[in-house]
Amino acid sequence: MILYFLCFVLFLVGLYGVITRRNVIKIVLGICIMEYSINLLLVLIGYVHDGAAPIIVKGSTETNFVDPLPQAMVLTVIVIGLATTAMLLAIAIRVYRKHGTFDIREIKNLKG
Amino acid sequence: MSAFIPFFVILPLAGAFVIPVFSGYWKNMGKVLTPTLMLVLLALSVMFFFRDSAVFVYYVGGWELINGVPVGIQFVVDGLSVLMLSIINLVAFFASFYSISYLKKFTGDKYFYALFCLMVAGMNGVVITGDLFNLFIFLEIAVIASYALVAFGIEREELEASFKYQVLGGLASLLVLLGIAVLYWKTGSLNIADISWVLKQEGSSPSLLFIQILFIAGFGLKAAMIPFHAWLPDAHSSAPAPISAMLSGVLIKAVGVYAIMRLFFNMFELTYEMSMLILVIGTISMVGGVFLAIGQWDFKRLLAYHSISQMGYVFLGLGMGMVILSVNGNKAVAVMAIAGGLYHMVNHAVFKGLLFLNSGAVEYKTGTRMLKELGGLSENMPLTSTSSFGASMAISGIPPFNGFFSKLMIIVAAVQGQFYLMAALAVLVSIITLASFMKVHRYAFSGNLRFRDLKKFGEAPFSMLFSMLVMAGLCLLLSLLIIPVFRDIFLTPAVNDLMNLLNYSQPIIGF
Amino acid sequence: MTGMTNIVKTVTRIIGGVVFLFGLYIVTHGHLSPGGGFAGGTIIAGAFILLVLAYGDNIMHLRRIKEESSALENIAIFCILIMATVGFMLGAKVFFNNFLPTGVAGQLISAGFIPLFNILIGIEVAAALFTIFLAFVIFKEEEK
Repeated sequence: MILYFLCFVLFLVGLYGVITRRNVIKIVLGICIMEYSINLLLVLIGYVHDGAAPIIVKGSTETNFVDPLPQAMVLTVIVIGLATTAMLLAIAIRVYRKHGTFDIREIKNLKG
Repeated sequence: MSAFIPFFVILPLAGAFVIPVFSGYWKNMGKVLTPTLMLVLLALSVMFFFRDSAVFVYYVGGWELINGVPVGIQFVVDGLSVLMLSIINLVAFFASFYSISYLKKFTGDKYFYALFCLMVAGMNGVVITGDLFNLFIFLEIAVIASYALVAFGIEREELEASFKYQVLGGLASLLVLLGIAVLYWKTGSLNIADISWVLKQEGSSPSLLFIQILFIAGFGLKAAMIPFHAWLPDAHSSAPAPISAMLSGVLIKAVGVYAIMRLFFNMFELTYEMSMLILVIGTISMVGGVFLAIGQWDFKRLLAYHSISQMGYVFLGLGMGMVILSVNGNKAVAVMAIAGGLYHMVNHAVFKGLLFLNSGAVEYKTGTRMLKELGGLSENMPLTSTSSFGASMAISGIPPFNGFFSKLMIIVAAVQGQFYLMAALAVLVSIITLASFMKVHRYAFSGNLRFRDLKKFGEAPFSMLFSMLVMAGLCLLLSLLIIPVFRDIFLTPAVNDLMNLLNYSQPIIGF
Repeated sequence: MTGMTNIVKTVTRIIGGVVFLFGLYIVTHGHLSPGGGFAGGTIIAGAFILLVLAYGDNIMHLRRIKEESSALENIAIFCILIMATVGFMLGAKVFFNNFLPTGVAGQLISAGFIPLFNILIGIEVAAALFTIFLAFVIFKEEEK
C-alpha cells in the first residue's frame, strides 16, 4: 500500500519541479518525472499476488498471471512521453537561440 | 453505414503521412489534398445525421463481446458524436481552404498541411471512441500536433507562447492519465460503458471524488476555464490565423467540453457537488473572460479572451442541466439548458472561427494586429468588414444571427430553473461583449484610414474571402436550428444521448 | 561534428552490429517473448545513433540521411495503413482483421499478421528516433 503512496509522492516532486524551477530544462525534467511516476503506478496496479509473467511458454501449466493490460498501457505511454519530451526540447532550444537565455523569468514578451 | 466509421480517423492519418513524402514530386500536393479530404469527411459526417438507427457500434479488429464483457476497442457513434464530427470537419474545411492563400508568408507548408491533417485525425478520434485510454491517445495526438502548429512561424513571441502552452497542456494530459490509472485500479476495465455499469453496482466512495476532481482539472485545463486559462491568450493570439480558428473553434471543444460531457453524463453518476462545481466554474469563466477582454488592444488577444467567456456560457448551460438532473427536478428545463449549451457550442465554433479568419485577413493585408494602428479598413476591404460585422453581431447576441437564439435558450432555462443570479450575469456579459466588439469595429473598420503606409491596398485574396463569406452565411443559416423541425434532426438526438444513461451503454453491453 | 577518440571508434565498430542484430531479434520475436515493435525499434535506433555519435560526419551528408530517414518513417506508417485496409476488404468489414493464417502457438511463423506489424512498427520507430536525433544535430551544426 505504501508503494502506491510513494508513486504519488514522486508525482508531487515532479510537480514541484515544474512550478518552482527557473531553468527551462529543469521544467522539462519535471514533466518527465511526473510521467515516469504514472508509469510506475500503472505497472503496480496490475500486480496479482503470486502471479507469473503473462507469457505463455510451451509446456507450462501456469494459470495465475499478472495483469497484462497495464503493461500494454505503459508501453504506449512511454512512446507518448517520448514525443512530448522531443517536442518540448525542440521548442526549448529554439527559445534559447532567439532569446539568448534559459531563464524563464527573462522570457516575458507576451503580457496582459 | 457503420463500416465507414474508421474512415474519420484513417483518411486524415493517411493524408498526414503521404503529404511530406510525395510533396517532392508534386509541389502543390498539400494545398489540393487537404481541403479535398476535409470536404469528403464533412460530407460523410453530414450523411450520418440522416441515419436509420440511433447508435452505431463498430468493433475494431472484430473483437466482439465475450460473455458480455467488452474486450476490444469500440467506436461508438451516437447523436452527440455526429454533432461534434460535423462541427470539427466544417471548421477544418474552411480553415484549410483559407490557408491556401495565407501560407504565402510562410515556408515549409507541406509540414503545415501534414500537421493539420494529424490534428483533425486526433480530434475525430476523440469524439468517436468508446474506450477511455483510446480517448487519451487521440487527445495526445491532436494536442501535440497543435503544439507544433502554434509555433509555426518561428518568431520570439510564438515560441514563448508555444512553450507555455506545452508545459500547461502536458500537465493537463498527465492529470488525465493519473485519473485513468486510478479509475482502472478501482474498476478493472477501460471501456466507458463497462465502467458505467461497474460504478452503478458499487456506489460512491472517496476515491471516486478524487477521480472526478482530477478529470475536471485536466479537461478543464484543456477547455480553458478560469483557474486554468493562463495559456489561452498567448497561444491563440500568436498562432497563424487558420490555426487560431481551429484551436479556438474546435480544439477546446472537442478535447475539453466533449470529454467532460461524455464522462460526467454517461459514465459517472451525477452528484450535486460536482454539478455545482461545473456551474460555478462556468459562471466565473463567463464573467472573468469578458472583464479581462475589455482592456485589450491586440485584436487576436481580445478574441482569445472572448473565447473563455463564451465557453463559460456552454458550461453554464451544461452545469444547469446537471444540477437539475442530480436533484431530479424539472426535466423539461434540463433539456432546454443542455440543448442551449450544445447549440451555443455549434454557434461559437462558426462565429469565432470567422472572427479569427477576419483578423488573419487584416493582418495579411496590413501586417499589424494592434487596434490603435488600424482604421478605416472598410473602404478598402468591404467584404471582410461586412463579414466581421456579421460575426460581431452574432457573438453579442443580436437577432437574427445565431448567437441570439442560443443565448436566449440558456437564459430562459436559467430563469425557469430559478438560477436568477446566473441569468442576470449572462445578460450583463452579453451587453459587455457587445460593447467590446463595438470598440473593435470603431477602431479597425470605420473611421479614417489611420494606417501608416497610405498606399492603396485591396481586398483579401479569393480563397480567404470564400471561407469568410460562406461562414458568415452559415451564421445566418444556423439560426434556423431553433425551429423544432430542424432541431429534432440535429440537436435532440444529442441531448437525448446525454440525458439517458441507457442510450449509450445499451447497444454496447446490453444493459 | 567531430567524432570521438580512437578507442570509442574501435569499440563502436565491434558493438554496433551486435546491437542492431539484438534489436532485430526483439522485433521479430515480439509475439513469443516480451518486446515487440516499440522496444525493438528503440534499440535499432540506438545502434544508428551510436554510429553517428562515435564517428561524426559533415553536415551535408547528415542532411541527406535525414531526408531518407524521414521518408522511410512515413512510408512505413503508410504500409501499416495499407495492411489494415486490406484486412478491411477481405472478410468481415472491420479494420485490423487478422486475415493471415495463424499457426501453432509458440512457433516463429504464427499468429496471423502480428509479426509483420511488429516489423513495420520497428522500422517506423527506429526511423522516427533517428530523424529526431539528426534534426537536433543539424540544428546545432547550423549555428556555427
